[in-house]
Amino acid sequence: MARYLVRRVLTAVVVLIGISMVTFALLHIMSPSPGRDVLGLQASRASVAAYNLAHGFDRPLVSQYLTYINQLLHGNLGRSYKLNQSVDALLAENAGRTAMLVGVSLAIAIAIAMPLGIFQAVKRNKAADNVVTALAFTTYSMPTFFLGLLLIDLFALRLHLFTAEASQSTSAFVIFTDPRSMVLPVATMAAVSIALYSRYQRSAALDQLAQDYIRLARAKGLSARLVLTRHLVRNACLPMITLIGLSVPLLLAGNLVIESVFNYPGLGLLFFDSLQNEDYPVLLAYTLLSGALTVAGNLAADIALAVADPRIELT
Amino acid sequence: MTTSAQLSPVPAADAPEGGSAAVTTTGWRLALRSFAENRLAVVGVGIVLFFVLFCFAGPHLYHTNQTSVNVVNSFESPGSGHLLGTDGQGFDELGRIMLGGQSSLEVGLFAAVIATTIGALYGTAAGLAGGVVDAIMMRFVDMLLSIPFLFIVLIVATRFSSTVVSLSIILGMFSWLVPARLVRAEVLALRHRGFVAAARVMGSSNTRLALRHLIPNALGVVVVNITFQIADAIIAVATLGFLGFGLYYPHTDWGDQLSNGVTYLTAGYWWLIYPVGICLILVVMAFNFIGDALRDAVDVRLRRR
Repeated sequence: MARYLVRRVLTAVVVLIGISMVTFALLHIMSPSPGRDVLGLQASRASVAAYNLAHGFDRPLVSQYLTYINQLLHGNLGRSYKLNQSVDALLAENAGRTAMLVGVSLAIAIAIAMPLGIFQAVKRNKAADNVVTALAFTTYSMPTFFLGLLLIDLFALRLHLFTAEASQSTSAFVIFTDPRSMVLPVATMAAVSIALYSRYQRSAALDQLAQDYIRLARAKGLSARLVLTRHLVRNACLPMITLIGLSVPLLLAGNLVIESVFNYPGLGLLFFDSLQNEDYPVLLAYTLLSGALTVAGNLAADIALAVADPRIELT
Repeated sequence: MTTSAQLSPVPAADAPEGGSAAVTTTGWRLALRSFAENRLAVVGVGIVLFFVLFCFAGPHLYHTNQTSVNVVNSFESPGSGHLLGTDGQGFDELGRIMLGGQSSLEVGLFAAVIATTIGALYGTAAGLAGGVVDAIMMRFVDMLLSIPFLFIVLIVATRFSSTVVSLSIILGMFSWLVPARLVRAEVLALRHRGFVAAARVMGSSNTRLALRHLIPNALGVVVVNITFQIADAIIAVATLGFLGFGLYYPHTDWGDQLSNGVTYLTAGYWWLIYPVGICLILVVMAFNFIGDALRDAVDVRLRRR
């Protein structure tokens, strides 16, 4: 186990270094002369050159990359072009709200999708299964922002049950105790994940239902309920661990769209605002962070699966 | 074939008839049959054909002015001379949907073809090379896969999107990773088959082997993947357009139209949102149906091998 862990973590570090190279290269392609972006189009060529010289943007790329890595290792992600603030502070300010939205939505999605998928597998090809499949397929084929719009139009503008804009509060307590403004973003985010997870859970449960141990459990006279809870559920949920670990990039992308639609001030909205300001240090810092989260998600899923399933040999 | 003819110019009487081969159904025909039996797939093909006609032939039958702004006519409700009403600039909404559909379908197809071509070549190269080269090439894919696609595409789109071609290239350049993995897996499976060894013995180069033997045999996987890629690219274009980083005026796409429609959501101008949204969902769903059916159909073909 220890050797496996060390090897996995080392691979993750290599991948992270690769990601940092990609984001650094992208930063340079998108913003070859930071002085121009910071000082604006009105600035004289001399002042742009002076800015680039003062901040070391005139040095060779390799040396700039090493500085970038050195700064990264010291937890410094750069400085925003437009907000005159360090990127670290911006990310730290917004990370909590995003973590809350994604965390709550993910928990709800898992709590609904797993039983739903298993239910569908047990009732396969019956009316209930077909209805759920059709719903999941429609949601899956819908851009996330359109689902958000649909819910806003129906529940906020027509039925006046919830507000169209998410909570703007900075306090976690206020956000948690303000369902009127948080139900729609959470529901949108959960629905998108449920559509994906339930389809996988259904096919994972179908695979297990065809196994001999289920037939044996039935043949020895176990009640349908016990076959389900003691045997099927435990095994059918294992593939979901991997899927959830792998869905980090999808969750972050969905979160970006949802925060823009509901104007929820988290990392996604920060990214969206930075896109409009062409504030590349912020954009690439969040991209780097999301890459790191994805790597961490994969690693966590592999370890969790190994813990949950003793058949998996770690080598 | 010529050698066997030279060896036995007159076929022996008890030799199997040449015609017997035609009786066995070929893999591709089986695949086609399985595809046609799938009702959802047929519906999917129908929807796609309908939208291709609607978007590309429609404007020739239903003439609308989509170039000059006419504010006097803005926000007319459906019916009165404009079947689906007009938008904030006075453009006819039905004509607008046709125009936006053209670019959405075009970008979807181009991006999918670009992505799948890059992916197929990269995957074949990795699979053929094997060993350390393959490992490095695939770790590179893993690395790029851990950066959310939408983030990179949006960042690049802030400076380089604006036309159908540039948008297709951006989307295609960052979505070849999954096809690369799929094709590599196919190539690894094909690499040890007899016909590959035969081709090598006959002195075919790696390029020829890849283009004439490996990729054609991996075509099933490639075709299935293109279908899903189109669906994904159409959603991605819509998302980019909605966030404001899609095509620029005078071009338009469905996401851009939805983004304009949202501004007037509170005013109750439903015709600016629901018709476009429904078209978008139908097209994406149709491609997903076709992709699912093709995957099952290709499975049928593979099972015969």
